[in-house]
Amino acid sequence: MNAIATPQAPPQPPSHEPSYLAVENTVRSWLLTTDHKRIGILYMISITLFFLVGGAAATLMRLNLLTPQGALVTSTTYNKLFTIHGVIMVWFFLIPSVPTVIGNFVLPMMLGARDVAFPRLNLASWYLFIGGGAFALWAIIAGGVDTGWTFYTPYSSTYANGHVIAMATGIFIAGFGSIATGLNFIVTVHKMRAPGLTWHRLPLFVWSMYSTSVILVLATPVLAITLVLMALERAFGIGIFDPAIGGDPLLFQHLFWFYSHPAVYIMILPGMGVVSEIIACFSRKAVFGYYFVAYSSVAIAVLGFVVWGHHMFVSSQSIYAGMVFSILSFLVSIPSAIKVFNWTATLYRGSIWFQTPFLYVLGFIGLFTIGGLTGLFLAALAVDVHLTDTYFVIAHFHYIMVGGMVMAYLGGLHYWWPKISGRMYPELLAKLSALFIFAGFNLTFFPQFILGYLGMPRRYHAYAPEFQVLNVLSTAGASILAIGYFLPLAYFLWSLRYGKVAGPNPWQATGLEWTTESPPPEHNFTVVPIVTEPPYAYDPVAAEEALAAKREQREPAYVR
Amino acid sequence: MNSIKPYVMVTGALFVLLVITVGAAYVNLGAFNTPVAMLISLSKASLIVLFFMHVRHSNPLIHIFVLVGFFWLGIMLTLSLSDFLTRHP
Repeated sequence: MNAIATPQAPPQPPSHEPSYLAVENTVRSWLLTTDHKRIGILYMISITLFFLVGGAAATLMRLNLLTPQGALVTSTTYNKLFTIHGVIMVWFFLIPSVPTVIGNFVLPMMLGARDVAFPRLNLASWYLFIGGGAFALWAIIAGGVDTGWTFYTPYSSTYANGHVIAMATGIFIAGFGSIATGLNFIVTVHKMRAPGLTWHRLPLFVWSMYSTSVILVLATPVLAITLVLMALERAFGIGIFDPAIGGDPLLFQHLFWFYSHPAVYIMILPGMGVVSEIIACFSRKAVFGYYFVAYSSVAIAVLGFVVWGHHMFVSSQSIYAGMVFSILSFLVSIPSAIKVFNWTATLYRGSIWFQTPFLYVLGFIGLFTIGGLTGLFLAALAVDVHLTDTYFVIAHFHYIMVGGMVMAYLGGLHYWWPKISGRMYPELLAKLSALFIFAGFNLTFFPQFILGYLGMPRRYHAYAPEFQVLNVLSTAGASILAIGYFLPLAYFLWSLRYGKVAGPNPWQATGLEWTTESPPPEHNFTVVPIVTEPPYAYDPVAAEEALAAKREQREPAYVR
Repeated sequence: MNSIKPYVMVTGALFVLLVITVGAAYVNLGAFNTPVAMLISLSKASLIVLFFMHVRHSNPLIHIFVLVGFFWLGIMLTLSLSDFLTRHP
């Protein structure tokens, strides 16, 4: 086979150590591990369980919305369901998803490092995450919260029944896990790069993880403070947000969205990093415009902090502030568009290899574009007055969060699964599930754009009868989506035992993580890699020739 | 900074500033009430950041990150004020 990729460093000599999975297999060795790879697995298991909880809440909501009267649950229960869905999916699935699972697993390897800079802090992050999750689950089991994931005051601080403080405490604790992870990754990227791995030789996944980490460190403390202030008002009646006791309710919204809008970028930037890695590998080309893609991650991280007021256009925020935030929100589309155009340009004249990770990435690009463009509708002050609090908003951010981030997470899991487990997943089944997810996702959420445009408000358990057809379509889509999500769960577990052995580099990819064994030894590398190449030194012509030779071997008639 | 002396001195300074804070609360300075209180708390925070958090003797990269933190705080205050200062009742 011709050389179709030049790795950043030569393949590692065979290690005689057992792999990180085989080193020691007691419960204690897993719960006290400081190995970044094992911590990544711990996160993977935990966020999958949280995904099931958040998904169950969504399933009940969609079932309830099959009929206009909302026959399944009462309005109070419905409020609690969307709160559970929001809190769990945002803080206990999406925010940790790519950073703590894929980031923990591959970031140190991409840098040629033995581990992250602070391995014990890394484990502590996981315990904070689990501690926070325990509080949140307790709040749900004890009776739930009906404020929505945004905890708007004065409802949350004064009038809401339910376990608001317990839920907020859970998020507060898990937030410190986020901060520690962000700090760990920043120091790791600054201090642990292999010799020769300059900033401009870093894989784009590292750039996006670095940008994400900066947001985690700068934004999450504000959320912590805001939740503490809300709890103080609720517990002791100190007037901060409730106008009846001298507070300002919009102050809460400013502080909350100062965190929560950047949090949107915490959720999507890591996904963008995954896309860059996969698109280069499966089109056998360097990512078009490396510098633009790298620095657009930084630009998104910075601009993401100055747009939060677009969540408050109809909140009685001043018109002047509304205009400022509207203009700033439009700006953030520039670096996002740079990425989309550059990924598309990467495909041009590439040697495309349709494997499952690539299918997810193509899905990501299309769905993220729809999600991003509908975001511009919402950033426009006048249009937003009509669309605020309708299903249009729900559809918009699910196109980003689910169509974008969950697609990228699954794409990344398929791409690095051979590295994580040492085994291949069943390709045909995986392609099928990617198609299920793409079809199910669009059937679930596209009707919601129309529903929102027609004026169906969000957060109600009942609706006007003329909206039923579109709601039934949406629920039908959700059931297809659910099948698409359960399939990978099943075949990933199956592949652990029965999957084909992957070998160190099944995709012939260039990153340092592919120079070591699969699954990697405990300390990743037997010798310190010395980097002599920029990332993505793929050769599309050689790849095409190799593919043609393969076709000729198998099906001679196919080759013209 | 291996000696304990600077920490003791900073602790002393913080207690002096605490006394001034309490004292200033009993004196009505009119329009200057808030600026004076802010000035005192800013001095306290600076002492903690520079000495207790070891920023004074750290490398430039740490200085940049500290400044970034304050710059971001500035973004939060400025853009929030773009709402609070331009409301028309």
